[in-house]
Amino acid sequence: MNAQNPSINRRTEAYTLICGMEVHAELKTASKMFCGCTNNPFFAEKPNTHTCPVCLGMPGGLPVANKTAIEWTIKLGLALGCDINLFSKFDRKHYFYPDLPKGYQISQYDIPFCTGGAVETSHGPVRLTRIHLEEDTAKMIHATLDGEKVSMIDHNRAGVPLVEIVSEPDVTSPAQAAEYGRNLREIMRYLEIADCDMEQGGMRLEANISLQSTEQAERGQLPEYKVEVKNINSFRFLENAISHEVERQGEVLDTGVLPAQETRGYNSTKDITFTQRAKEDAADYRYMPDPDLPPFQFAQSQIKEWQHQLPELPGSVRTRWSDTYGLNNQALKMLVVNAEQTAWLDSVFALAEKQGILPKKIAAALVNKQLEINPESTPESVLKTYQKQTASSSVDAQQLSTTIQKILTQHPDAVAKYQAGETQVLGFFMGQAMRVVGNNADAGQVRVEIERQLKQL
Amino acid sequence: MKRTDTQHIATLAHIPINNDQDKDLTAAFNETLETIKTLQEVKVGGVEPTHQVTGLENVYREDEVHKDTMFTQDQALKNAHRTYQGFIVVPRILEK
Amino acid sequence: MLNTLTLKKAHQAIKSKDISINELITKCTEVSQSKNNDINAYTYIKEDANFQEQSNTKISGIPLAIKDNFCTKDMPTTASSKVLESFIPPFDSSVTQKLRSSGAVLIGKTNMDAWAHGSSTETSDFDVTKNPRNTDYLPGGSSGGSAAAVAADMCIAALGTETAGSIRQPASWCGIVGLKPTYGRVSRYGIVAMASSTDSPGPMTKTVEDSAILLNAIAGHDPLDATTSPQATPDFTASLQKPIKDMRIGYIYHNLAEFEETKSRFEEQLKVLEDLGATVEPAPTFDPHYAIGVYTIVQRGEVSSNLARYTGIRYGGDRSHFGDEAKRRIMLGTYTLSKGYAEQYYTHANKVRTLFMRDFQELFERYDALVSLSSPGFAKKRGASEGQAMFGELEDMLLEPSSICGLPGVSVPCYRDETTNLFLGMNITTPWWKEGRAIQIADAFERATRWNTWRNKQ
Repeated sequence: MNAQNPSINRRTEAYTLICGMEVHAELKTASKMFCGCTNNPFFAEKPNTHTCPVCLGMPGGLPVANKTAIEWTIKLGLALGCDINLFSKFDRKHYFYPDLPKGYQISQYDIPFCTGGAVETSHGPVRLTRIHLEEDTAKMIHATLDGEKVSMIDHNRAGVPLVEIVSEPDVTSPAQAAEYGRNLREIMRYLEIADCDMEQGGMRLEANISLQSTEQAERGQLPEYKVEVKNINSFRFLENAISHEVERQGEVLDTGVLPAQETRGYNSTKDITFTQRAKEDAADYRYMPDPDLPPFQFAQSQIKEWQHQLPELPGSVRTRWSDTYGLNNQALKMLVVNAEQTAWLDSVFALAEKQGILPKKIAAALVNKQLEINPESTPESVLKTYQKQTASSSVDAQQLSTTIQKILTQHPDAVAKYQAGETQVLGFFMGQAMRVVGNNADAGQVRVEIERQLKQL
Repeated sequence: MKRTDTQHIATLAHIPINNDQDKDLTAAFNETLETIKTLQEVKVGGVEPTHQVTGLENVYREDEVHKDTMFTQDQALKNAHRTYQGFIVVPRILEK
Repeated sequence: MLNTLTLKKAHQAIKSKDISINELITKCTEVSQSKNNDINAYTYIKEDANFQEQSNTKISGIPLAIKDNFCTKDMPTTASSKVLESFIPPFDSSVTQKLRSSGAVLIGKTNMDAWAHGSSTETSDFDVTKNPRNTDYLPGGSSGGSAAAVAADMCIAALGTETAGSIRQPASWCGIVGLKPTYGRVSRYGIVAMASSTDSPGPMTKTVEDSAILLNAIAGHDPLDATTSPQATPDFTASLQKPIKDMRIGYIYHNLAEFEETKSRFEEQLKVLEDLGATVEPAPTFDPHYAIGVYTIVQRGEVSSNLARYTGIRYGGDRSHFGDEAKRRIMLGTYTLSKGYAEQYYTHANKVRTLFMRDFQELFERYDALVSLSSPGFAKKRGASEGQAMFGELEDMLLEPSSICGLPGVSVPCYRDETTNLFLGMNITTPWWKEGRAIQIADAFERATRWNTWRNKQ
């Protein structure tokens, strides 16, 4: 690993990593951000089937903002300790690219829904600059048709609500960057606002990376350049890409040259980053408030209500269950998944305690799948199942085998019937066997053994 | 405005122009900019810009799918320059 | 001559079964086809326009001409630009949808300045439209085709769109009635966007009464356009044939040099309003010249943004198909929104816009309505707009201040020159959402004067 690489060790002593993150995540609303089209781009049967005049950028198509997407963005901000701007608006960000149907993206420029806040990591907090809401672009697939290099466009993704979470350059190590990303994903999944499927592109990572020299650090100066690594689709790749950049930029700086200000991509096969676009010609997005979308003015009471609706966050749930019920890390990791499940488990654990059963045993049963995790079922039925399971004692395998062998030998006619296809005689054998091994015995285990022996005859 | 400005703006706006055109366009821009120059006389200290005149705020739609406004694939592709297996096809452009 | 009927008369004739709807449609279509070679009011005339749904509305069975920037799924929609040549949208604009479900018959699409950029219809990529009142002259624009179609009786009524003058200026030049509703009164959904913060679709008709009827049919909140007002739509025909006694009317832009030539004729007409019992007095305003700058910057900025979608990938031709005027506007807008200039131009212009809003708010504390000419003069000769980068802005100067503020207004014919057969139009602007009052004053004026050629005949 990198830590064992002496050349990087030398550099990390000389340079400090300065890294800020930009994370995009698609919200899983039912409809798109600005139109009534289905928001389900990954599971559409065919390309270009979830479109309308608005998301195809037809003449006269007009956006109308999705209420739920705005509410979710603000709730995410509240969960991360952001300040919510009481006045906010959407702006048009102009650039030309075939994946952008209108020639502009509806985004937020100077007044995002959320500013400030932080994501906690084990290496310390990473402060957030802002969270804003925008629309996703169409999906492009690069292909070769009749020998010509082309891009094929699918608009099922165009106009899907997308949150962008921008951090301050507080990330100090590749591992912290990955943890930051994982924590963000956990929160969004926990709030049930985004699936964050990395492979499909439901969550996309970008890192702005530069190295600060010891002198700059002493003078409190930031590096004079920034390299943006884009479109990383796994946390491991993010870690690798940053490590690679630390090494590469260190080498450039060692020669007394400033690394080029540019956008780079990451090639996971070769584990290297590569130049995508020089930044010299800084983009001019010609932002303007979108005249089609009236602005937003939220009442303080509305923000308070949303804050109030927020569930207890996963970190807090884990601490509480660990402290009060003694749940282990494995259980916590598996069980703290989303707010709905937490609420269900809380009532299951509470009822268990009432009935004198240790919640941690229930947790263990859920983890090893003896019990099903199903927030649809009532806590009563879960505990009933659990009690049935624990009450039934498993039978010594050798003893069970002998018992069944004996029963089968004693009833050759029934065996013959079974072999002739009358499988209902299994019930007869079950009755005989249970009488011998006792009614508390695990019926499933008994049944399996009978069937095994019958098949071997 | 100079002719180089006009060329830069043309690039930014994705408007193809030739060398003769940029001369005429530059002249037209300068004529327009001259006409609107007087606007700079107006003192606007402490005045908020009016981007919209309706005074409307908080206009949303509920998060519902509206099948009635959605296109079939055929409708979506009907006017496209080039398509292939349900996709709209463009020559490859590498960078944004 | 069924095609010469006003909307009101045609409706009455249909209702009393004096005429059949199909007769009316056929007549309008035939006249349109025969006159169009000369006038070029239409970019497209529907061969098989027919009546589909019987409906109990005042526009049921009425043949209408639609400006070619409304998306129509049975007719090409080009905005008179080669970029959209032969483009047939897979959907209908909210307004045309509404008209169809009320039983109106859309018989064709009318010529316009390409992308609605202009006040002459000379920037159309499909040839200029002639003014039917005198074919040596321009019809005005950008809704010049609709104005000409109405003036030449090539339809019963028409729809136009206005950003600042595009309904009222051609209405004025062609001697018809044009009504620009309050911004947000009529849905923009499915209309090729020009300047999104001011675009207002509206009626272009033979009489004020017809405008009231047609506005009733198209007004109202549209869930697909977030800038339409949720407030209830009044019955605009309730404002017809009502006295205007004691109305306080402000006469604005009275000392502008630009209309010295027409001033005395206009002021003569203001006496009609006084005779009807209104008080009319000169009302000083914020200098309308500044509105030219505000409008130019805001409109060019929004144009550069709205026309960014025309890339030839999803529909239409690529960006090399834009005409010169569109190229100029897109590029100027791009410049005024670009880094380092947006504050100086776009934001500054919108701050001055705020000053105009305040000025009108104050004016309407003192006046029920404001009047001026719709355009400083008569129709200009063909060719007048060529090489004039600011032609439209100067022709529309009197309407730009109220348009950038989203105010409604009606242009009603108020003078006819005997020699040229050309008209002047009086613009009546009222407070936001008070179209009814503008209709009331315009209707009273129309009935009290001889300028309306259809009322004269009937």
